[in-house]
Amino acid sequence: MSNDNNEKTAEYFATQQKEISVSQFFEKNKHLLGFDNPTKALLMIVKEAVDNSLDACEEAETVPNIKVVVKNSEGNNFRVSVTDNGPGIVKEQIPKIFGKLLYGSKFHHLKQSRGQQGIGISAAVLFCQLMTGKPAKIWSKTSNKKYTHYCELLIDSNRNEPDVIKEEDIENSVIKEHGTKIEMEIVGRYRRKQGVDDYLKQTSISNPFAKITYHSPDGKKTVFPRSVTKLPKPAKEIKPHPYGVEFGILDRMLKKTNAKTLVSFLTKEFSSVGSKGAREICKLAKLKKSASPSSLKRAEIKKLLLAMQKVKIQRPPLDCISPIGEEEFKKSLKKEYPEAEFVTAITREPAVYRGTPFQIEVGLAYGIDGRDDKSAEILRFANRVPLMYQAGAGAILEAVKKTDWKRYGLQQPAGSIPLGPLIIAIHMASSWVPFISESKEAIAPYPNIVKEIKLAIQDAGRKLSSFLSGKRRLGEQKRRLQAFERYATEVAYALSELTEKNRKEIENKIIELIKERTKLRKDGDGNE
Amino acid sequence: MVMVMNDVTKKLNSLGEDILNDIEKGKNPGMEIPIRSLSNIIYNKKTKQLTLGNKKLKRSFFNVAHSKKFMQTLLVAAFCKSLVKENIHTSIRDMYYNLKRTFPGSKENTFDQQSESDPIIVDLEVMLNVLREQLRLTTDRKGIVAGNVVIRDRGDLIDWSKLGSGGWSIPSTVEEVEFKKVDADFVLVIEKNAGFERLHEDKFWKKHNCILIGTGGQAARGARLLIQRLSSEFGLPVYVFTDGDPYGWYIYSVIKSGSMSLAHVSDRISTPNAKFIGLTITDIFKFNLKKCTIKAREVDIKRAGELLKYEWFQKPEWQKEINLMIEKGVKAEIEALSHRGLKFMSQTYLPEKIKNKEFLP
Repeated sequence: MSNDNNEKTAEYFATQQKEISVSQFFEKNKHLLGFDNPTKALLMIVKEAVDNSLDACEEAETVPNIKVVVKNSEGNNFRVSVTDNGPGIVKEQIPKIFGKLLYGSKFHHLKQSRGQQGIGISAAVLFCQLMTGKPAKIWSKTSNKKYTHYCELLIDSNRNEPDVIKEEDIENSVIKEHGTKIEMEIVGRYRRKQGVDDYLKQTSISNPFAKITYHSPDGKKTVFPRSVTKLPKPAKEIKPHPYGVEFGILDRMLKKTNAKTLVSFLTKEFSSVGSKGAREICKLAKLKKSASPSSLKRAEIKKLLLAMQKVKIQRPPLDCISPIGEEEFKKSLKKEYPEAEFVTAITREPAVYRGTPFQIEVGLAYGIDGRDDKSAEILRFANRVPLMYQAGAGAILEAVKKTDWKRYGLQQPAGSIPLGPLIIAIHMASSWVPFISESKEAIAPYPNIVKEIKLAIQDAGRKLSSFLSGKRRLGEQKRRLQAFERYATEVAYALSELTEKNRKEIENKIIELIKERTKLRKDGDGNE
Repeated sequence: MVMVMNDVTKKLNSLGEDILNDIEKGKNPGMEIPIRSLSNIIYNKKTKQLTLGNKKLKRSFFNVAHSKKFMQTLLVAAFCKSLVKENIHTSIRDMYYNLKRTFPGSKENTFDQQSESDPIIVDLEVMLNVLREQLRLTTDRKGIVAGNVVIRDRGDLIDWSKLGSGGWSIPSTVEEVEFKKVDADFVLVIEKNAGFERLHEDKFWKKHNCILIGTGGQAARGARLLIQRLSSEFGLPVYVFTDGDPYGWYIYSVIKSGSMSLAHVSDRISTPNAKFIGLTITDIFKFNLKKCTIKAREVDIKRAGELLKYEWFQKPEWQKEINLMIEKGVKAEIEALSHRGLKFMSQTYLPEKIKNKEFLP
């Protein structure tokens, strides 16, 4: 017995415990990121590549042209390729960007970006490799180079390092001026609904300046044209606000900063903190203003954090967010739903939750084919990325259900989504979007966020309501007019029988009278 | 009494002209129709008739709720105009089918049911103060007549005394019937067809020199007009013979004072001088018919209570009869008289009553 015990000592376990690389961790926990579902797996690969391309184009201030090809290569294998007209990537950077996890500029910054939500393009490469054993193929051309650089790479998951297995410069390639093409192969399942097709359609709505060409596995080519030609104003990077930081982040910031004193740390690394505010924080935390940031102990950091959240500090700057824009949102909804009789969009002024600026936009499209007696369809977006899963949770759904749609002329089962041929598209733009869970498919229902979404829905709802009541009034008037006109012929016939006067003349007089009387009515209604 | 045909044409014509006038002036074309609901029905004690009051309803083209009826009214008017013009009659059902059509490019019909066109005929009668008969519209024949009378009907001479077992069946339009010879001392109206058959077979009309009319239940407009004409044009007394119950008595009251639904034509088709000959509740006891009575049901008592309240039943004789019925809880049919022998009615009951002038007012 004692022998057995001796074998299972801490020393014994230490021999068994090994450091796991990030890649290995992801490999073992792929379900956390949704790769256990084959439909979702295929979608995730497309999504990562497209988000990456859109970001690259935007950063280079190029209006994006993106081509997506999904092909069923063999069995359940799908070959996905995404080509963009971005700036291209210099040869040396390619293996790092595509072959090393958590490499990139996004992770440590607060800025409205697509990538915040994803797993990153390198994780996509890793998963494809895990599932099919096939390398990712990358073509890239920068504008000053004559050749396109081509490489095939795998990720060494033990070391989290790229492993380039083939590379060459090629003269003839798919890329004309500049840009990048990536090709990956994954085991997946193709489905139109809630799959690649829906994702690209919705991406086209939230990125009206992008042109996306899509070749689906069944050989169909779909073009999502751009509805505006101007790129949005770029989102600005901001420093964190004292109200929005957590212990871990603060700890890391203290260790990393170049500031020599606590006061300068607070004023330099945070937004909205002046020297007066910084001094107040130090005073409240009972810490020396001149203390070296990196020397703070755990207990002191805790006190500092508490003080930061108690002192009154201005809200963060709000101009760092880049919304879709009312006009742009309307145009893209009209483009994707040409049958809609009415389209409106609302962009709220930016607001703040927990020290983080955010902005809500709501677009409504009414008169959608084949949805008359169904629930309205809700499209959810966070930082221009469509949220495809977890439709039954989150701030957006909560706000939609809490809104009284009957006021705006729609039917609504109690506490539920309204009925009618309606698309409700809701976008939250923020330097940091809070999600309910790691799969990042539903926005956390913070009261401030739900409130803002509701207010935006109400603004848009009022516009819809006046359209619907106008439509009803017009319909009523039209029916009335039609009835009068129908009866006019018979009335004219009867009157001509009774008076023995010309029937056609009488009919013309009645028609004229109808026109005059219904015109009067219209004016009358307008005043009501 | 009989209106000249041109008069009806003129009225229809001016209905059209008035509306045309509205149209030309840019007004909302409309027509005024006296209201026929109970609130607008008045009993005129002097003439002993039910008449319409002065309340009117405007039916106009640009009122969404009226628009269709407005059109329908004009269609019926135009139809009647063509009937008058061509001097032909047609039934109200024929009219309905004739006017029914679908508006081009829609599923809507001018008329969906006969129940839509029927009330419009009455509207026109009231509005233009004419009779349906003058508008050349007929209903089913109802009622039979026999007696020493010769008439001319659409050119044919008809002798009511030479029609064998049948008698002349009364058409819905008797306005233009021409009386050639009327040889009678009174008119006997009997509610039941079976009773008519009995009296006809017994040659009652021959023996007592009268005109015998069977209404077969509630008297139709043709029969009522015929009774009215015989009374007013030849000064003949009219005796009405019905079952001894509230329904029978109401049949008498309709012949005498008019009905609520046709109050607008009371002055043309009611006979204020008519008298009630039987059956009364008093008769039941007088002629020892107790064994042949029927127990009055709840509805009979209720109806009797209603009659008691009608202004035109506010006569002591009637109040006494109706109260007696409620008190005894019985009623009796004409046929009950057969209990005293099949010829009791024609040989004893009626002759005695007439001889003794035993009538109710």
